[in-house]
Amino acid sequence: MSEAPSEQPLVRLSGISKSFAGVHALRDVDLEIRRGEIVCLAGENGSGKSTLIKILAGAQDADAGTIAIDGREHRALHPIEAVRAGIQVIYQDFSLFPNLTVAENIAFNHQLSHGRRLVNWRLVRRIAREALERIGVRIDLDRRVETLPVADKQLVAIARALLHDARLIVMDEPTTALTEREVRSLLDIIRKLQRDGVAVLFVSHKLKEIFAVCEKIVVLRNGRKVAAGPASEFDLGSLTFHMTGRTLEAVDLPPPAGPGAPELLRVEGLGRGREFDGVSFCLRAGEVLGITGLLGSGRTELAKALFGLAPADRGRILVEGREAAIRSVRDAMEQGIGYVPEDRLTEGLFLPQSIGRNAAVGILDRFAGRGGALDRPALEGHVEDWVRRLKVATPSTALPVQSLSGGNQQRVVLARWLATRPRILILNGPTVGVDVGSKADIHAIIAGLARDGLGVVVISDDLPEVLAACHRILVMRDGRIVEEVARDEASEDQLAHRLAS
Amino acid sequence: MRSLLTRNETLVALIILAFCAMTAAVDPRFLSVTTLTDLIRNGIVIGMFAIGVMLVLVSGGIDVSFTAVAAFSMYSATKLMVAWGVGDQMLVAFLVSALLGLTLGLVNAVFIGWLGLPTLIVTLGTLTAFRGFLLTFVGSQLITNVPPGMRAFSRSMLFRGTTADGAFFALPTAVLFLVGAVLVTWFILNRTMLGRSIVAMGGSREAAARVGVNVRAIQFFVYGYVGVLSGLAGIVHASLARVANPFDLVGLELSVIAAVVLGGARLTGGHGTITGTLLGVALIVLINNSLIMLGIPSTWQNVVIGFLILLGTGVPAWQARRRAAAAA
Repeated sequence: MSEAPSEQPLVRLSGISKSFAGVHALRDVDLEIRRGEIVCLAGENGSGKSTLIKILAGAQDADAGTIAIDGREHRALHPIEAVRAGIQVIYQDFSLFPNLTVAENIAFNHQLSHGRRLVNWRLVRRIAREALERIGVRIDLDRRVETLPVADKQLVAIARALLHDARLIVMDEPTTALTEREVRSLLDIIRKLQRDGVAVLFVSHKLKEIFAVCEKIVVLRNGRKVAAGPASEFDLGSLTFHMTGRTLEAVDLPPPAGPGAPELLRVEGLGRGREFDGVSFCLRAGEVLGITGLLGSGRTELAKALFGLAPADRGRILVEGREAAIRSVRDAMEQGIGYVPEDRLTEGLFLPQSIGRNAAVGILDRFAGRGGALDRPALEGHVEDWVRRLKVATPSTALPVQSLSGGNQQRVVLARWLATRPRILILNGPTVGVDVGSKADIHAIIAGLARDGLGVVVISDDLPEVLAACHRILVMRDGRIVEEVARDEASEDQLAHRLAS
Repeated sequence: MRSLLTRNETLVALIILAFCAMTAAVDPRFLSVTTLTDLIRNGIVIGMFAIGVMLVLVSGGIDVSFTAVAAFSMYSATKLMVAWGVGDQMLVAFLVSALLGLTLGLVNAVFIGWLGLPTLIVTLGTLTAFRGFLLTFVGSQLITNVPPGMRAFSRSMLFRGTTADGAFFALPTAVLFLVGAVLVTWFILNRTMLGRSIVAMGGSREAAARVGVNVRAIQFFVYGYVGVLSGLAGIVHASLARVANPFDLVGLELSVIAAVVLGGARLTGGHGTITGTLLGVALIVLINNSLIMLGIPSTWQNVVIGFLILLGTGVPAWQARRRAAAAA
């Protein structure tokens, strides 16, 4: 061997290609990870990140290319071989068994990879206890994983990964479901692992986190490696450019609505149970109002009250100056209020159904002719129009919604609401789980809606987002609005501080 | 304590106690060894089926074809015993019936594990197909003159006796099959990695596949195992009834699944215990028997069982939802 063992990379992927049903997911991708190195794999949804991880974990075989671990080449890697080589993947959904206890979840792979046939329960508990101690957390070993909060589930997944002498931990979008504080403690754990000589492949499209921990960045786009190098050689702009393949312009928000603009929505002393209380604000035509707060601050509950999903039990809502009793979704829709939910997958879309049907579901009444029969051609024309205006990337509106990427799914939900011609649009977490490029597009759509005279409420805990897309920002904490700031008066750090303190 | 109270097992045990108390109040003779041995005798076949169904539910699937598998294996094995002239060799009958059950179980496994079809659809299909095949190609004539081995087996008792007031009681040797099924299944489920993999797979199939559990092989095991249990249950049933009836058993599926679900196994997979399953079986068998003692028409049985299913599965589901609401 020409290289000294210590110089040899832990993992070297060369010329990896993979296609599904003729579509290239990966083309000739190289990746090298050294011991104790934190490498970021960046790329938008659909860039091939997930496929690359699966190949690295042995869950899928590459069509071409080789995987070398400690210099030893493998043509096809079996999941158990990958585990034995010290490669551990923490998937986005953590891949835990909800029906098993914390202890068994942690020790399961260990038992399996050691070829055990019988279960030694005492050993299971000992392994689990030691694994949790190693990352310095305490979780009840006998609790069923389905009863744990998300952040604890992730810790269980990490503890499990650390067993069998993990030397490379792959984390797939590890911060998606975490709060700011949980993200910080996760990043601390990652640095701690690094000090122990464990390498981490951090897969993300959240730029801030990438720069916070990574030493090396590899960018994938459309299945190809388009850039790679030390993190110091990248900045926000260049990384965004490599990920999206285009330069993103700052959102061109129309000037804030003056006092003369008609008042679309006024809320006075609104409250519901112990969820939120004393909420008052107004929204003018052509204005984008941001409402931000941590999980549990009451932001989502407020949004649901405005849309009648979980009606308020005190206070007043005025729509265009007239008092509106919003007791149900139908009431809200009659008042011209549209709502795009936070979790579009569970709340908003019928995934297996076509894009066209999903977009049309809100306006069926309007296209019902005599006897309730639908005027299909008119309906389809109307839907096609919105799908085109929102640039949903699809060859046909007859395809199921689940064939679209996250950003495009979100656009279908938007199309559905815009088709109802609302005057007021409430967007709850409009870009959760959406990649950078689509995010910018959605922000541009929001700005366009404001320009058309709609009033838009954006509810989000993504601070750069509210700062980029909103004229005014209300900060919620413990169910109350504690602060109102104008866009150009606020900075991200300032806002983050107000959210938490 | 709290977890003990909210468990299905506790709920079912309480219902069983209530039923016993009610029946005993109406007819004091209910509380006797005779009743107990009768109930056990009536629970052997359903119990064996239920253990198999529980395993399938835990693995995240469902099987409704097991009665057809049992009828097919039992009837074919009886016919073969007669045809081969080995009517007194009970071991042959057990082996042949178990083997036929295994074969049919593996037919299910091929569709489910290999072709990846939904388990309910596959087993609904094979339920009808196995039964049709049996009646068309193997035979549809009742065999009332069962081979001597089966008759001897039905008369073989672990113990027998007479109570103080002159009632006869006996526990058939066949109960050992249920005991065996319970012990083997308990061991597999709680002490082997195979069993833990079945539970894990029922919790999250994707996660199991990712850590290297051979999901397909496990499905072959599960459906094969249920086939063997069904084949054995079938021949035990025919022996105890001293008749091999090809029209028998099919129709019992839902009662068995009801017993298993009452015992806490979830149709969504990953949850189910032997204790719960046995309690569920006990309850179903008890209802079938005690309603007669209570003088309630047997048509009421289905009504009662139906309501118990709603109660037994509804209450825990409702509690879980309240807990979830309280946590959020």
